[in-house]
Amino acid sequence: MSAPPREVRDQFRIQIHGLEAMIQALRRQGFQVMGPTVGDGAIVYDELTSMADLPVGWTDDQEGGIYRLKKRADRAVFGFTLGPHSWKRYLHPAVLRLWKAARDGVGFIASEESGEIQKLAFLGVRACEIHAIAIQDKVLTEGTFRDPAYHTRREQLFIVAVNCTQSGGTCFCKSMGTGPQVSFGFDLALTEVQTGKDHYLIAQVGTDRGAALLDEIPHEKATEEEVKEAAGCVESVSSQMGRHLDTRDLKELLYRSYEHPRWDEVAERCLNCANCTMVCPTCFCTTVEDLTDLTGTQAERWRKWDSCFTTDFSYIHGGSVRASRKSRYRQWLTHKLATWIDQFGSSGCVGCGRCITWCPVAIDLTEEVLAIRQGGSADSLALSTKEEQS
Amino acid sequence: MIDTLQPILAAHPFLSDLSPQHLDLVVGCASNVRFEAGKYLFREEEEANQFYIIREGKVAVEIRTPNRGSITVQTVDAGEILGWSWLLPPYQWHFDARASVPTRAIALDGKCLRAKCENDHDLGYELLKRFAQIMEQRLEATRLQLLDVYGNPS
Amino acid sequence: MATLLERHETMSVDRPDPMVPSPFRVQRVRQETHDTFTLELEPALGEDGFSFQAGQFNMLYVFGVGEVPISISGDPSKDRTLVHTTRAVGAVTKAMRRLKRGDILGVRGPFGSHWPVELAAGSDVVIVAGGIGLAPLRPAMYQLLSQRERYGKVVLLYGARTPEEILFPRELERWRAHFDLEVHVTVDRAMGSWRGNVGVVTTLIHKAPFEARNTAAMVCGPEIMMRFTVMELQKRGVKSGNIHVSMERNMKCAIGFCGHCQLGPVFVCKDGPVFCYDRIKDLLTKWEI
Repeated sequence: MSAPPREVRDQFRIQIHGLEAMIQALRRQGFQVMGPTVGDGAIVYDELTSMADLPVGWTDDQEGGIYRLKKRADRAVFGFTLGPHSWKRYLHPAVLRLWKAARDGVGFIASEESGEIQKLAFLGVRACEIHAIAIQDKVLTEGTFRDPAYHTRREQLFIVAVNCTQSGGTCFCKSMGTGPQVSFGFDLALTEVQTGKDHYLIAQVGTDRGAALLDEIPHEKATEEEVKEAAGCVESVSSQMGRHLDTRDLKELLYRSYEHPRWDEVAERCLNCANCTMVCPTCFCTTVEDLTDLTGTQAERWRKWDSCFTTDFSYIHGGSVRASRKSRYRQWLTHKLATWIDQFGSSGCVGCGRCITWCPVAIDLTEEVLAIRQGGSADSLALSTKEEQS
Repeated sequence: MIDTLQPILAAHPFLSDLSPQHLDLVVGCASNVRFEAGKYLFREEEEANQFYIIREGKVAVEIRTPNRGSITVQTVDAGEILGWSWLLPPYQWHFDARASVPTRAIALDGKCLRAKCENDHDLGYELLKRFAQIMEQRLEATRLQLLDVYGNPS
Repeated sequence: MATLLERHETMSVDRPDPMVPSPFRVQRVRQETHDTFTLELEPALGEDGFSFQAGQFNMLYVFGVGEVPISISGDPSKDRTLVHTTRAVGAVTKAMRRLKRGDILGVRGPFGSHWPVELAAGSDVVIVAGGIGLAPLRPAMYQLLSQRERYGKVVLLYGARTPEEILFPRELERWRAHFDLEVHVTVDRAMGSWRGNVGVVTTLIHKAPFEARNTAAMVCGPEIMMRFTVMELQKRGVKSGNIHVSMERNMKCAIGFCGHCQLGPVFVCKDGPVFCYDRIKDLLTKWEI
């Protein structure tokens, strides 16, 4: 992780166009800047070469199984929440070569991947995403072993966080204690404010690196009213959450619910498509592929994202341990919300809502947990604010 | 002969909980037997008129196959009980039993015991309870054998 | 020889990248039963040796074919030779069986937890192995025998499918010849010439000579066999806190990152493969965990 944030100090005001200077300053320092941009019918993460790449004036409408890109009436730069991408695509790449080997007589030589890894700057990291990155830090760098690929990318990472000023339709960071306010883990944190003709960002410094970057952008000390205005925008988000998850005794609840009939019910709907694991910012499972070329003299080992929803995931000795769809959905949810706590000291869920939005059949884990708590089936639930799927 | 068997039977865990009267009834049907290595205690389809408490040695319970000789499915050691087909009609052995090594046992006469059990149903119940437990243990062990857990999984 | 690995200090445990295999040379391939074989390996890089604890495993890589987790089956005190015994059942193990003396195999490890041989000092020890499960327990047996005086009664109960599939038969005979070691072998079924026990290995437990209240039990074999063995041990009065089993799950990385080997909250690769039965007993009775 980058150096811990300093004590709350002065906050600064940057005109909205200062983002251009910020992006160019980062690029001059050798960072490849990744951030939100419109693509593939959504707001995705990709390289930003200038402010023009940002999704200015765009927003998203999200519900269970629904994502729609919409134009805004204003020119907000960060007036949206989360898309299908999470930052793990850069820190924990979906496809990565681990090493190459070449035959050498009867033997072979395997060499570790060397060479420079491009350093990255993330622009637009939300509070829940900072928590997600911290969770993956715990999993991949703070155990007995450290993932060198993740570690290198993480050490070099520059984070410009952004406070959410609106909630998404499936968000529940409030329930998970992961937002909406960014509180740690950033070099710079920005809050976008639009008041009448004025359009600016309030910037908070988190590290020396962040301070140094700020020095390359025109900025001035923010007034108390401006700071209060920005804080107010973020605070109001707390009451707009699209979902709520009751996390009281959640681990114990799931541990004693392995035989709950709700699992059978959700298995009827779940397609095992693995979308949730792909969009989830904390899912880390991977598989390994050993490849060889046609001559058989060169071999490579590649690592790829994997999902516990695949039938082969738990294959051993002629069969899969988790052969039924039900057992795989149960594994994913129980891991995310319960066993993760015993493994890594915190919940694996940050309340980003992506799994709800991107599930083709709109399975909503907040609803599933509620059903398990209440001991009943979907019929006995009070419906939350979502449209019925036809 | 019968006098010396009483203390042996009384001490055996299989019968030690019987009341003295019931134990006497059982002892009345008991005799000492010995088998050389390779000798059969009984063969499939023979009339089943005894059960054995093995005192020393080892007995192999076998099934004959048409083309692969005899297959041993279980061995019974010293201290263990062999045979319950005497209890239930048609009173016929379903396996072969052969001494793998020189074996000494106490043979309990099945016809003798069946008659006594008909007269004294309490004795019958006591013996059935004990044999039911043996059958249950054998059934569980056999089921595990059936699973062939060490076999090639694919 | 050219430098084989570039060692970074990127690891918190000051080791090279744990996903890159080290080359080991095959000294010997020995066929044990019709489908089980043993590899004897030595480090190809000329390092001091390979040290491990009984119960641990390595990831073995056959060039261009793939990698599998295999328990180490050799003597922990002999660090110049690394021994693995496995069945040839899949593409990788079948390719491994075709290796010859002098061939190079990739090795990553050792990984995982180990049998509590040290902790068992002062107790009776009962080792119950089924089939190939004898292989991960053999290092524990070697370790026990090297310090025999620290233990009470030592009993080995071993079950195999048929007499032809008994693993390490000569070693079993040597152990049986020890006056202070009880070895009982049984098979699931046998043809005429077998004079030994026939029946599942659980049937050997009720009369095995150990003091249940002061016994450490180590069990390895197919999961069903281990479950029933633990039941019989508990019937004898062995406490679940004194029983250790060795679990197996799908593994891709062996270092707790790929997620495949999870069994409830534990990772078999790093919290196991050896587990105190107490810790996982609730998991073993649940279906599809």
